[in-house]
Amino acid sequence: MTRALEQASPLGYVPPFDTYTLGEAYDEMFDGSGKPRESYRALFESLLQLPPEEMRHRQDAANLYFLHQGITFTVYGQEEGTERIFPFDLLPRILTHDEWAHVERGLAQRITALNLFLKDIYHAGRILADGVIPRELVLSSRHFRREMRGVSVPRDIYVSVAGIDLIRRPDGQFVVLEDNLRVPSGVSYMLVNRQVTMRVFPRLFRNYGVQPIESYCQSLVATLRSLAPPNVAEPVIVLLTPGVYNSAYFEHAYLARQMGVELVEGRDLLVHDNTVYMRTTSGLRRVDVIYRRIDDDFVDPLAFRADSILGVAGLFNAYRAGSVALGNAVGTGVADDKAVYAYVPVIIKYYLGEEPILPNVDTFLLADERHRSHVLGRLEEMVVKPVGESGGYGMLIGPHSTAREREEFRQRILARPRNYIAQPTVALSSAPCFLDGRVEPRHVDLRPYVLFGEDVKIVPGGLTRVALRRGSLVVNSSQGGGSKDTWVLQAGAQPQPIGSGN
Amino acid sequence: MLSRVADNLYWLSRYLERAEHMARVLDVNLQRMLEQDAESASRRWDRLLRSLRISTVRVASRDPYEVTRALAFDATSVESIVSCVAAARENARQVREQISSEMWEQINRLYLQMRSVQFDTIWQGEPHRFFREVIMGSHLFEGITDSTMTHGEGWLFVQVGRYIERAQATAVLLDVSLRDLGEGSDQSPRVDDYYEWISLLKSCTAFEAYCRQYTADLRPDRIAEFLLLNAEFPHSVHFAAIEVQKGLEAISAPISGRLVARVNRLAGRLRAQLGFGQIDEILAGDIHAYLTDIQRQCAQIEAAVRHAFVAYPIETALAS
Repeated sequence: MTRALEQASPLGYVPPFDTYTLGEAYDEMFDGSGKPRESYRALFESLLQLPPEEMRHRQDAANLYFLHQGITFTVYGQEEGTERIFPFDLLPRILTHDEWAHVERGLAQRITALNLFLKDIYHAGRILADGVIPRELVLSSRHFRREMRGVSVPRDIYVSVAGIDLIRRPDGQFVVLEDNLRVPSGVSYMLVNRQVTMRVFPRLFRNYGVQPIESYCQSLVATLRSLAPPNVAEPVIVLLTPGVYNSAYFEHAYLARQMGVELVEGRDLLVHDNTVYMRTTSGLRRVDVIYRRIDDDFVDPLAFRADSILGVAGLFNAYRAGSVALGNAVGTGVADDKAVYAYVPVIIKYYLGEEPILPNVDTFLLADERHRSHVLGRLEEMVVKPVGESGGYGMLIGPHSTAREREEFRQRILARPRNYIAQPTVALSSAPCFLDGRVEPRHVDLRPYVLFGEDVKIVPGGLTRVALRRGSLVVNSSQGGGSKDTWVLQAGAQPQPIGSGN
Repeated sequence: MLSRVADNLYWLSRYLERAEHMARVLDVNLQRMLEQDAESASRRWDRLLRSLRISTVRVASRDPYEVTRALAFDATSVESIVSCVAAARENARQVREQISSEMWEQINRLYLQMRSVQFDTIWQGEPHRFFREVIMGSHLFEGITDSTMTHGEGWLFVQVGRYIERAQATAVLLDVSLRDLGEGSDQSPRVDDYYEWISLLKSCTAFEAYCRQYTADLRPDRIAEFLLLNAEFPHSVHFAAIEVQKGLEAISAPISGRLVARVNRLAGRLRAQLGFGQIDEILAGDIHAYLTDIQRQCAQIEAAVRHAFVAYPIETALAS
């Protein structure tokens, strides 16, 4: 599929579009006949007017902004971890009001069902007793927390912050690629990308009629507040970070500052008599809600990994006693296990009696013998993922793999089939990106951030991640991906190119 | 404010102050060495090491190249200038969101600058310029801090860290110098020692300020008075004690309790002792015991601060 894209001939436009090609993938800007879609027309016409030097100048301004703000992430696997700027693409990805309304409904449905699922499996286990999902599949998940059985969480909300990865199939339909229900990151880039784009394209932004996203941090703090123990009038909320060496530290600091809550590390907190306190210069201060950006394994050395120095001893007991709330709850990872993911459409039907609004990507469970032999016969067409990982680590991308890598994966799959799933290689949609003075298509996905407190809140859009290497399908920042701003248009918006209107 | 943040701010400025002080002392001594014979130069290096409270840096010989390399550039020693700057920067990094971006940029720039230079290049060229860069880098950070950071609790911890370090460093320097250069004399110094006294004053940026007050007539008792008891000169022990006491008083104003009361008592006592001290009486007594006691009190204040604001026992915090 990607080959087809590379071999396709240019559309025949003048610079900067003279090398723009269409392939099998859905293109966000051009329809099948090469005409710009209605929502992109104003951007397209504006780009034809802007000289390349002007565009380069704006790209430089944007990069400088990121550099000065210290907006960097850490790449693992290299000595001491290297700080890098997250590559930013100038051109916004645009969604119409109707496209977004559909996605929004689908996300709300999904998060509601997943929360019901989590409550069920940690309490009565109806869905398991009814044989809708194999009990063995759920209990064998690495992220299933036995310790959470029978524990009640505030409002029965397990996942209060989710990042759901969506991709667009060649027919333009949005489908869910994976759910991130533990500690999803990237929302700060969504917010910063918007700030940068508004500086770089002020006229175009105004002409477009874009729905604002600035309310995210207020919504997040309201969501966290709604989890506070009921008797607390003014809950103290903190953001728990693993510390400055974590790859997402910039985001932790950014969100804490924007929310006006304290950014704490494990060593700032202590538990006494099942109550959590933070150490301040004026004494201990009670903590009611913790937005934790630390994985389950590390939150409490007494309950989980004993060698964790990031967590707080006794936190889990305080949590179980209900004196402190955690967002997200402990044990949500079982619901974003990639093998459980395959059952999410069934989960939605089971709890809500509705058809899923956003379908899944076809998924083969390699623990299933028939699926396995089907997949092993065509590894070069498949994407194989470990079930418990995130961030694009440890994947096999069939079409881009060597025979040796495929053999390696075959052995791994045969050794531990429950640990892997496979999906047919999906052609992610492509969107225009500004690269080396030209506009060229690159593959993108979309990660909207879903908040669930008193109700479901989703800021319009999300983080559009871009596979900046030509033909690449991997958008993860750890794997050479970048990002761009995402514009969701207001109802009835009539975008105008720059140079028209005032 | 989180205790950890307060602690980081305190050590950030303490380490930077230490780097600046070492740079100045080394700079002054290297220049003096050019005018000296080998024997007195060797004595000078011994005194230097003692006056900087250096215990871990291994110095193979008393060769100026060796000593300077070890004190300024030995990254494996926690006491070298580069290590102090790195430690200051690491503390800043931990609280990057609590300090202004300008402060971070400055400390980071200084750190990167230190890392980019080669000792041999500096030694062949102008060591003086390197030391100036450290000193100016620290001054710049201090100025940026004062003009971009809210003068609240965090800034007060920065102040306390800087001045505790300064009080101790000046007390030690004065102590070692008085020991080696003949003590308690109210006579004009021997010609040999004349330059040593100038070096001492310059090591505390005090030469010009001293001359303005007492003229260029260098007398040990006046020098001791100036570096110890002057209330207006920023590198005197008394001045530092005033700043420490003012800072801690402001930090603890909204807080009550036994541990905090102790902090204020100790800081107030040191300030009073220096404020009401008489140099002739101090010199007539045991000046070394006196200066050792000042250092002990500084250490005591630091421990009390830690105990009251950072690593307090949970029981006392819950009881209050």
